[in-house]
Amino acid sequence: MIDFELSDEQKMVRDTVGAFAREQIRPAARQADEAAAIPPDLVQHAWNLGLVRGPVPEKLGGFGDQRSVLTGALAAEELAWGDLAIAMHVAAPQLFAFPIVEMGTDEQRQRFLPLVATDRFTAAGAATMEPRYDFDLSALATTATPDGSGFTLRGEKCCVPLADEARAFLVYAREEGASNGSAGGELHGLQAFIVEREASGLTVVEREKNMGLKALATYQLKLDDVKVSRDARLGAERPADTARLAAQSRVALAAMAVGVARAAFEYARDYAKERHAFGAPIATKQAIAFMLAEMALEVDAARLLTWQAASMLDKGLKALKESSRAKHYAASVALKVTDNALQILGGHGYIREHPVELWLRNARGFATFEGLAIV
Amino acid sequence: MIDFELEPQVLERTKFFHTVAEHMMRPISRQYDEQEHEEPREFFETIWKGGARERQASGESGADRKGGARNLTTVIMAEELCWGDAGLFLSIPGPGLGGAAVAAAGTAEQKERFLKRFKDGEPKWGAMAITEPGCGSDSAAITTTARREGDYWVLNGTKIFCTAGQRALEKSDGFVVVWATVDKSAGRAGIKPFVVERGTPGVSVIRVESKLGIRVSDTAAIMLDNCRVPLDHILGSPKVEPSGGFKDVMATFDATRPIVAAMAIGVGRAALDFVRDFLRDQRLEIRYAIAPTRMTALERDFIEMETELEAARLLTWRAAWMLDRGIRNSLEASMAKAKAGSSVTRVTQKAVEIMGPLGYSRKYLLEKWMRDAKINDIFEGTQQINLLIVARRILGYSSKELT
Repeated sequence: MIDFELSDEQKMVRDTVGAFAREQIRPAARQADEAAAIPPDLVQHAWNLGLVRGPVPEKLGGFGDQRSVLTGALAAEELAWGDLAIAMHVAAPQLFAFPIVEMGTDEQRQRFLPLVATDRFTAAGAATMEPRYDFDLSALATTATPDGSGFTLRGEKCCVPLADEARAFLVYAREEGASNGSAGGELHGLQAFIVEREASGLTVVEREKNMGLKALATYQLKLDDVKVSRDARLGAERPADTARLAAQSRVALAAMAVGVARAAFEYARDYAKERHAFGAPIATKQAIAFMLAEMALEVDAARLLTWQAASMLDKGLKALKESSRAKHYAASVALKVTDNALQILGGHGYIREHPVELWLRNARGFATFEGLAIV
Repeated sequence: MIDFELEPQVLERTKFFHTVAEHMMRPISRQYDEQEHEEPREFFETIWKGGARERQASGESGADRKGGARNLTTVIMAEELCWGDAGLFLSIPGPGLGGAAVAAAGTAEQKERFLKRFKDGEPKWGAMAITEPGCGSDSAAITTTARREGDYWVLNGTKIFCTAGQRALEKSDGFVVVWATVDKSAGRAGIKPFVVERGTPGVSVIRVESKLGIRVSDTAAIMLDNCRVPLDHILGSPKVEPSGGFKDVMATFDATRPIVAAMAIGVGRAALDFVRDFLRDQRLEIRYAIAPTRMTALERDFIEMETELEAARLLTWRAAWMLDRGIRNSLEASMAKAKAGSSVTRVTQKAVEIMGPLGYSRKYLLEKWMRDAKINDIFEGTQQINLLIVARRILGYSSKELT
């Protein structure tokens, strides 16, 4: 039945994470961007919200929460409203933990979930993106070749968050010889492999220098004949539904894009009411007011598309089309709204005294990141 | 809890409306577009009879249906029927916008008196007249006057762009709700709604417009020349109070804007379905969720159009849902209307472009849908007026502070 009302629990999550974003993330954002580093205390405080440990079973150190993609989207929007780089840093271990919670074997859960279900922030992540203009989840250049005892992984990855300090990764690769339909749902042959940091042949190449997200440490990764056991494939004998993982990831990306867009909209709205020109606030001019009106409605539209996909995933549906369109729509809204916000601030938007230029640089990343990358 | 799935009963209704759209509207769509001022009598009779059965079955008149998801059901119905034909949808006999005004501003006795005619008998129409030759969006600038004279209100002025005006006044025992000022110096507070029934002395239809689209829908110009209506035909209180009058017009818009948004979406969906079916015949399936570099320009356009439509639909559902919940929705209704009107205008124009000469040809309905779609960007508040309302709400400005 059509309903637009959040549950009480969801409201609580939104408000709690929202307050954290307002009080702790936002004030630290500019400094983190300039220094290309996030204060460890802040990361720890974010960790204490339990967003990564939540869905991990209690006996493995988590809180045993029922995972909801929609509730996760609410938290992601709030975190990203505070700052995208910090949001992605604190959410990165989810990329490792959640697929194992949902699709790992008992043995994989018991072995790897305790790594991230601890009181202290633990870095972990996923290696998905590849340094190619035509990056394509359904045709990854990174391969996993069955070699009798397990798999050999070969390829290059980029935009791998926290790789230097991560204890383990999920490495996404195209499994050679995988029969169509058996693995990955719509993403035939796409599989995830659990690779520990010390694995032979795995090299963390260098920290990347990106246009935005400067505070988020991302790395290039090289896989030179990295040998993993047969049990390292997520789900082992029952290959993981990576199409579902990609859809969940797209929802998280979309929610973060909504958060960034909302931040920029609110900032421009407040500025336009303060800033006077020709004897009145610029917000009283239709040229500005109409831009703000469109920004407001586009943020809402992007959020509703995101919630729609999230709600379908929570019902166990595929949401392939819905998650994809939510992500693309939200990404373009984030870019348009941050750009419009900068335009409303004029020259002040261009200087680093205001956060708007930072949001514009960060928002540009959404078009680049595909499902399973970054969040 | 957040949910975007229609409940089974609503889904059943949707299927029913889709059948009506497909089998009763589509087949006569082109005919009444080409023969602009002809009346689709058979369609009116059939749909009126069907509606009467439904009204009796539910034991309610069409205009004051109550219930948990009334507005949501209405927007879903509007989308489905406008997938069939937006002009025919607007022409369906019933209380219409006039009925909505009675329901919003009338007393219980007035609702009973004016709306009961829609329960049975011959097909009838209700209409609403606000716009004048000299004022459209600025409805507070209305110049039509209402003067008290003994047991009557005497109305003088000219109204235009009155949907179903001719059918209400000349082709059925209907009525037009005419907005007129009882006190020009009071501004908005002085604007009041009057029910003008067929046969009232001094009212006449002076023109029926010829239009770009929705041609089967009658758009009338009405002259009120010392038109005398009984005292009890003023809806609500005749007193000039800051809270009454014009506010009721706005309350009507909160309910009708989501419907217009849904109409737009129905037309847009018709265009998209046409393109999709056509591509399918050419063995071209739209591939979703593939890498952007592998997508064709056509796929990218199509997915973008579909997403725009879905975004508008969700905004529309939200606005209707709020109304069902009794939550004030002026902001959200205007968001939905602005988004749907502009998106569908673009989507239908793009669809014509994609189909090349086939899109431009009157052999297919696609070009008609492009013409029909545009009205949704204009009536019930132009896109610009709706953006203005959104802007005022998000900025906390009054209509004086942001003009």
